[in-house]
Amino acid sequence: MKSDVRKNLIFFIPTFSFLALFVIYPIIYTFILSFESENVYTSNNYYKVLSESNPLLMLIAKNIGPSPPWGALLHNIVWVLIHAPVTIILSLVIAYIIKYYNIKGSSLIKALLFLGMVIPPVIAGFIIRFMFDENIGIIPKIMKLLSLDIILGIPELSKTWMNYPSLALFSLILGSIWLWLGFSITIISAGMEAIPKSHIEIAKVFGASPFKILFKVIVPELKPVILTVFILTILWDLKLFDIVYASTGGGPGGSSTVLALIMYQYFIHASRYGGYGMSATVAVILTLITLFPALIYIYRSLKRS
Amino acid sequence: MKIAIQRIKWTNIFLNILIWGFAVLWISPFIGIFMTSVLPYREVILYGWLRIPFDISLSNYITVLTDPLYDLAKGYKNSLIVASIGTIIPMFLAALTAYGFTYFNFTLKTLLFGLILFMLTVPQQLVVIPLFKLYIDIEKTFGIQLIDSLIGISLLHSAWGISWLIFFFKNYFSLIPKSITDAAKVDGASDLTIFFRIILPIAIPGVIAGSLIQFTWVWNDLFYALIFLISPDKYVITREVLNIKGQYHVDWGLLSAGSIIAMTLPLVIYILFNKYFIKGVVGWGVKA
Repeated sequence: MKSDVRKNLIFFIPTFSFLALFVIYPIIYTFILSFESENVYTSNNYYKVLSESNPLLMLIAKNIGPSPPWGALLHNIVWVLIHAPVTIILSLVIAYIIKYYNIKGSSLIKALLFLGMVIPPVIAGFIIRFMFDENIGIIPKIMKLLSLDIILGIPELSKTWMNYPSLALFSLILGSIWLWLGFSITIISAGMEAIPKSHIEIAKVFGASPFKILFKVIVPELKPVILTVFILTILWDLKLFDIVYASTGGGPGGSSTVLALIMYQYFIHASRYGGYGMSATVAVILTLITLFPALIYIYRSLKRS
Repeated sequence: MKIAIQRIKWTNIFLNILIWGFAVLWISPFIGIFMTSVLPYREVILYGWLRIPFDISLSNYITVLTDPLYDLAKGYKNSLIVASIGTIIPMFLAALTAYGFTYFNFTLKTLLFGLILFMLTVPQQLVVIPLFKLYIDIEKTFGIQLIDSLIGISLLHSAWGISWLIFFFKNYFSLIPKSITDAAKVDGASDLTIFFRIILPIAIPGVIAGSLIQFTWVWNDLFYALIFLISPDKYVITREVLNIKGQYHVDWGLLSAGSIIAMTLPLVIYILFNKYFIKGVVGWGVKA
């Protein structure tokens, strides 16, 4: 039975007019604004924003030292490079153990690990700061207990990590692993449910080790699911704002800033002194970087439906 | 053979302990925050938070809820208003449009749906500047205040939530057998009737899951709140808790209490409706 869409515009017109005003028009306008500076349209903003060398605002540092600040754009990239692989490997291993080793209360475990995804990211930012606090946090305490600060020659490891440029960014990245892991495990577990048990039984009969089963049997079958988690993790990492803003504010000395935070800083400056061009430029740069994973995601979703 | 069985057993016991230990370690920050919120801070520093709390004190909670400096009670109320409006409007519009995407065929369908998916991946940062300017212009021209207004920010959340809700409902509706709608069509029912009388009632579990997730999202948001809420009496809870954390000094007692208050509602929703929540998340893709 076909329905005539022209007689049923009520299904589309209200929604799309709403979206046109509040989402589509702002996207186009931000793009235009990113080229504007004092009523002239050039690509100057892009040049200025990308060559900025003040650590609090810079996107790419000119001289990349051994420890941050490296610039917000590079911080985002480092974030993805550490976070995405660690998340995927950890979730694969944990989901595998939970499913195939008869773990008691497995759904309760999954529910507990998911807690981080439910709470406001601002609060997550506070909690991450709490974990790395010298007086009350668990991580510096463990470091001290194992004397890792002395063994590794990094005394800051047993202090409040977020007070040190060398550790602030990494404490946030580790915190984001804590926060996001439950989501990734949930999706990967759901994917594992769809793998026929017989595939694993056969591998066992041939005497394959658990590691071989995980990486040679399960991972190949999970490829689409892993790719989805990978893309969603990257998108999440690139758009991070709240947890950074709440825990370090990008500091100390710009050593943990991210793109979304720089956009906000330019915005605040502009709301006082005018000239939103630079803020818009950073927003567009952020979007362009997300575009690659986003387009893969859109393409795959369209193909599926 | 006996040895092999025993070995398997020991592996299982070991892995049970390992995974449970991991899970407890994973949620230990939550326990830490809770203990810090009910214990005197001096004691937490001296003896740590991992102990049986004999002298529980609610003074941190009373301070953050009632002290006009923090006033989380007001933030809570504002968040309830914004999250409720920001859920009802997009739920209705998205369900309507998702029906359209599921049951109608037309030339621009793929393009329009691609546009929806694109909006779902875009960062909030890309839209706030023009919206800020737009709200200022509306106030100048029509005298309607939308910046620093709960209605104003609720509308933004509504628009922002629509795209993922359309995606979510389209997936949900496509699981409903086409024979049901076809039968109604034969009886001469219009699409609006079918939507309200047949599809929505069938989709109630989906409506619940979608509402819960959207509500939690709006509740959890900080970015819009930072940009569009200016005077403290309009602050939502996520904006309000930021005031507890000072610039240089952190009073962990107060901040922990504030954090517990701000995250309780999402946590309760999650615990009560766990199945809906997980189903929604697995089926959703992601926004935000």
